[in-house]
Amino acid sequence: MKSHSKGNFHQTAAPLLFLLPNILIFGTFIIIPAIQGLRMSFTEWGVFTPVRFIGLDNFKELIADEVFWKTFSNTLVYSFFTVSLIMVYSLALALLLYRNTLKGEKLFRSLFYIPSLLSMITVGIAWRFILGDEMGIINYLLRQSGGEGVRWLTDTTLSMVSIIGVSIWAQAGYYMVVLIAGLQAIPTELYEASRIDGASPPKTFFFITMPLLKSTLLVVMVLATIASFKAYELISVMTKGGPGYATKLIVQQVYQVAFLEDRMGYASAMSIALMLIIALFTLLQFKLNGKEQDHE
Amino acid sequence: MSKRKVSVFLHYAILIVLSLVTLLPVLWVVLSSFKPQSELFRVPLTFIPKAWTLENYLSSLAAGNFPVYFSNTVFVAVVSTFITVLINLMAGYALAKYIFTGRDLIFTIMIATLMIPLQVIMIPIFLQLKGLGMLNSLWGIIIPPAATPTGVFLARQYLVNLPDSLIEAARIDGAREHTIFFRLIVPMSKPIVATLAIFSFMWRWNDYLWPLIVITDNRRQTIQQALANFVGQLQINWSNLLAMTTIAIIPVIIVFLAFQRFFFSGIAAGSVKG
Repeated sequence: MKSHSKGNFHQTAAPLLFLLPNILIFGTFIIIPAIQGLRMSFTEWGVFTPVRFIGLDNFKELIADEVFWKTFSNTLVYSFFTVSLIMVYSLALALLLYRNTLKGEKLFRSLFYIPSLLSMITVGIAWRFILGDEMGIINYLLRQSGGEGVRWLTDTTLSMVSIIGVSIWAQAGYYMVVLIAGLQAIPTELYEASRIDGASPPKTFFFITMPLLKSTLLVVMVLATIASFKAYELISVMTKGGPGYATKLIVQQVYQVAFLEDRMGYASAMSIALMLIIALFTLLQFKLNGKEQDHE
Repeated sequence: MSKRKVSVFLHYAILIVLSLVTLLPVLWVVLSSFKPQSELFRVPLTFIPKAWTLENYLSSLAAGNFPVYFSNTVFVAVVSTFITVLINLMAGYALAKYIFTGRDLIFTIMIATLMIPLQVIMIPIFLQLKGLGMLNSLWGIIIPPAATPTGVFLARQYLVNLPDSLIEAARIDGAREHTIFFRLIVPMSKPIVATLAIFSFMWRWNDYLWPLIVITDNRRQTIQQALANFVGQLQINWSNLLAMTTIAIIPVIIVFLAFQRFFFSGIAAGSVKG
């Protein structure tokens, strides 16, 4: 019999067999494609054109590509507003619902979670129906009350505002659940102590709740940021990136260039750029959080 | 009213207003799907249908391939869920209860793949699936996303806390490793199996990007794909679209209502995200 340590079992064959399906799938569908994608970014590659190695040409073209930079800045704008507003709104919801003291709290939590159950395609369809220029209910109500219809999805600025608003509506419930878990993990003794010391509610919030919730907030920020950089479905249903390029994000552009223009090498270079942006932001957020904690 | 009563009242008032903002859009879509075409855009708009009808549902089901899309999606979601639960539980078990060279490295690499979203590697994945002959096959949507870092993480997290003594006792009795897994570990893992199953079903049911990459053949499409195509047409038949959207929403709502507690505990345990 083999030796035991901490109750675990030393063996290689059995665990590797248990891991085999996952290793095969991760290898075939994530790791090899990731390496392949990097390789492709240095080539001219299309389904109907021969593959040709062209060094850094794709990246040079990318730097001069106005459409790419437009989608790049759109992505940053979309991401910045979506993530920060989601954090504020889901934290507000969580603060309203974490105490387990009010009647009906569980019911409200479930209600707020419902949009997170829906696919982004159905969310997009619902809101396109609601925000339609001529026939949407919102514009109908605006006209009814004497105002004028607003071009929610066809105005260059408003379309981005609408996309951001709907993204928040669709995802806040999910992050609310994460934050409620974080809030409930804070020991109640701390709140009692601060009450005995006579601290006002805002003081308690800023000096007890916020510092102890920081790691949960970081998780929310990182997840919401990655999700915002990946956004695709909602936009393809609501605006198709339009009007013009007003709501087109990098992912839309990658799909367009790769599959509709058949320039897979160039689109791979864009994907690498997107990957770097995601990695950079995630790292930055972790760094920022680490630094703040050092000061305490 | 006392100060406390006022604050409770305000609390409820805010919650009610916000939940209306959350729910009315969904209700508006669902209720509108029961209006006859003539009523859908007739001014003045009505919130509750004046003449309830199922005609939009009947015509969506009769026209085109909608029943095919629906059964494709059911097949993909159910089979995926079974495979996802099995292989991720196996992987989580290997990482939680064995010691072997490279264990921590494998775990780290699996978790690190969370940082590589599908959106970033969809081009090479498309070529990979093409090379493997999996394009236009439902297996192309089932197999690749079945192994999930989140699934491995949750399973490992849960299994680490199971007592080793039971496994050791089984070994001393001469049970083989796979027997221990299927006869002992699987029955003890019901809560995590339920959580994984629910999330996997939801992810696959709502998935759009995998089908978009893998499927071009009209008869192999899933519901989400069909909806996206429908909304991309120049003239949208809103009555039918709203009925189809409602059909696409119902299964996830049912799953949610039936298994609510697993949703919230699952999210809290690992901040689950497909």
